[in-house]
Amino acid sequence: MSNRLTEPPTGADEPRIGVFVCHCGTNIASKVDVHDVCEYAGTLPGVAFSTEYKYMCSDPGQEFIAAAIKEHKLNRIVVSACSPLLHEDTFRNAVAKGGLNPYYFHMVNIREHGAWVHEDKASATAKSKDLVRAAVYRIVFHEALERKRVSVDPKVLVVGGGIAGIHAALTLAEAGKKVYLVEREPTIGGHMAQFDKTFPTLDCSACILTPKMSKVKSHPNITLWTYSEVAEVDGFVGNFKVKVKRKPRYIVEDACVGCMDCIDVCVFKEAKFEDEFNLGLSKRKPVYIPFPQATPQIVTIDPDTCIEVKTGKCKKTCVEICGDRNAIDFSQKEKIEEIEVGNIILATGFKTYDPARSPEYGYGRLENVYTGLEIERLINSSGPTGGHVVCRDGNKPKTVGIIHCVGSRDEKSNKWCSRVCCMYSLKLAHLIKEHTGAEVYNFYIDIRTPGKGYEEFYDRLQGEGVHFIRGRVSEIADWIVSPEEEGKLIIRVEDTLSGFVRRIPVDMAVLAVGLEPRPDAQEVRKMFNISCATEGWFLERHPKLAPVDTFTDGIFIAGGCQGPKDIPDTVAQAGSAAAQVMALIDKGYVELEPNTAYIDEKECSGCKSCIPLCPYTAISFDAGSLKAVINEALCKGCGTCVASCPSGSISQNLFEDAEIYSEIEGVLADV
Amino acid sequence: MSDQWEPKIVAFFCNWCTYTAADLAGVSRMKYAANVRIIRVMCSGRIDPQFVMEAFAKGADGVLIGGCHPGDCHYIEGNYKALRRVRLLNRLLKSMGIEQERFRLEWISASEGEKVQRVVNEMVDQIKKLGPLGLPQQFKEWDSEVLEEEEEVKADVS
Repeated sequence: MSNRLTEPPTGADEPRIGVFVCHCGTNIASKVDVHDVCEYAGTLPGVAFSTEYKYMCSDPGQEFIAAAIKEHKLNRIVVSACSPLLHEDTFRNAVAKGGLNPYYFHMVNIREHGAWVHEDKASATAKSKDLVRAAVYRIVFHEALERKRVSVDPKVLVVGGGIAGIHAALTLAEAGKKVYLVEREPTIGGHMAQFDKTFPTLDCSACILTPKMSKVKSHPNITLWTYSEVAEVDGFVGNFKVKVKRKPRYIVEDACVGCMDCIDVCVFKEAKFEDEFNLGLSKRKPVYIPFPQATPQIVTIDPDTCIEVKTGKCKKTCVEICGDRNAIDFSQKEKIEEIEVGNIILATGFKTYDPARSPEYGYGRLENVYTGLEIERLINSSGPTGGHVVCRDGNKPKTVGIIHCVGSRDEKSNKWCSRVCCMYSLKLAHLIKEHTGAEVYNFYIDIRTPGKGYEEFYDRLQGEGVHFIRGRVSEIADWIVSPEEEGKLIIRVEDTLSGFVRRIPVDMAVLAVGLEPRPDAQEVRKMFNISCATEGWFLERHPKLAPVDTFTDGIFIAGGCQGPKDIPDTVAQAGSAAAQVMALIDKGYVELEPNTAYIDEKECSGCKSCIPLCPYTAISFDAGSLKAVINEALCKGCGTCVASCPSGSISQNLFEDAEIYSEIEGVLADV
Repeated sequence: MSDQWEPKIVAFFCNWCTYTAADLAGVSRMKYAANVRIIRVMCSGRIDPQFVMEAFAKGADGVLIGGCHPGDCHYIEGNYKALRRVRLLNRLLKSMGIEQERFRLEWISASEGEKVQRVVNEMVDQIKKLGPLGLPQQFKEWDSEVLEEEEEVKADVS
């Protein structure tokens, strides 16, 4: 007598199961005896056909499945291969091609959960058999399901106005799609706007960026909201509802023409407050414009420093000079805009490592220790020194040391390579030499130049007489040993090529800081319901094949928020994200997985215990019939209500009780 | 299979975090004990306490539930509901004489392949120390005891 709780149904639709076991080249076959698994599958109840193939997911592999369905009159298909997260769709399509409903299919993961994680061939094979058996037990309960189609709102939200957001927004706008670009700072441009030149071509960063910025501002298809943040996201692919918080900048955007007269007449005669754009190397007034090419070309009033906003007791000379334009409005309040979009691209960027966390380098303590980004601002002709690289005392440095890998490739700070520091260090070495004629030393662990023209740039720098010393700098100190070292910084390093420990006195030290996820990445991730990798970078759906998709359909990532990248890679990724979005928009609809829950009305006792459990308020109580009702359009298919229903009257498509119980029985029935 | 007893662990992993983490462990070729059999559900909230009971009843020596970290659930709060059920189940299992170490809930995010490796290995070690649970065998013994008693009663009556 069988003790199976889940007796397979009998009747007209007698199961004829086909089992297809994949070798995945040697990926699976080297650790799992595929032939043995395949033969074993053939002995299982209901299995009419079992076979093995080298690459099941390949075109011939898929054709093979479709043909086998017809030839052997199969009505249930089990493919034992890799992860369903990778190829479930592939095989469902193959099953459909064979004329069978694609949900008469189940996938067994013997690669990621088998061959790749086990060392012993016998136990990996035994495990594979168990999993195949579970699928064979389960598949008889599968039913034909239909995918629901929902339409895709063609509007797109792009979050973050750096080069990634700008490029994605422009690409979409050029294709005729309506785009909302939301940026939290008063201007778009992001980090790229802070750079002087870009490596390795030494293009002027502003010259290639600002035309794109103004195009964003003037594009009829782009609604640009700066000084704004996304506050709430609701809905699902094709149909997101987003609330955007528009912070008061106390300026009427349409009225301000960017004359900046208000800045001149502000009651603060001298700029007094730290200028964020110049990283505190210069000062600004409470009313300011971050940099000359800021987009939109309008001023912002900083509520933390403006006397009028703080106390209401200012002479308001700014309002006076603005006159009839009336562009200054201190009565502005935070405003919430509600928008509906079909897709979202997150391009929220990165932050640079704070070198104060590595005290051995003296940043913040020794005055001539700078970060790379600070030097970018010094070199920039619109920067705080008008393009002069000078020490804090205003003198040109005669020797400069650039320290690589600060906050990167280090167990104590960040393990990863930040990918851009080698190249920007080389660029800065070149620019510093050009501006000051100083002797420049690069202290590196490895030089990594894997981009187009990058290695050639490295060669060029070596030819320019920049010194390269291989070794991680142990400390930067001001402990001098002779009078001529007065005022200098002493860099101590083991030169690992020559084998000596060296002391190198320099006038200026530049820390090539690495890149980190933004501190609020976790909050952003939660708001958009996506995942982060261990380090905090937003997680892509697949590192190779879906680098801009996330696990949440309709939400894409681009640029530095996904991991350290340089400008070319960022732009390429932003274009890719835009293309993915366009594919969805132009298709016009998305198909939703049919794994929703449904109620057997006859069985429902109307106890209402499921109603408060649903996170999407998809379940309601019908006062007439005294039964619970599920709104299929709202159900996202988590199955929480199914697990709790005391009368067992709620089921979830694809995760029916019988299907899961039979899987449990399948994995536990002895070989 | 070797003659030596090997524990069998049934794992219910949510699609979005822990199943993906197990995939990552695979892609990263992190080796762990082959005693675990993963069953995919969309959310840890789908896991009916009866699945756990059924797994033990059908011969599992351990049951592992993997879900997203609190606050991270793809379905907002399914994992909290899983947590509540696990709390209740813990009491129930204890009263039934099933050791606590045989049942475990872990929050494992999509990026924590190492945690899948660690948790599975830890569980296998723990359960190896405890030995087999062997509920199906026990059920058989109980059934035969009942049958014997019935036979005796029948004999007495006749």
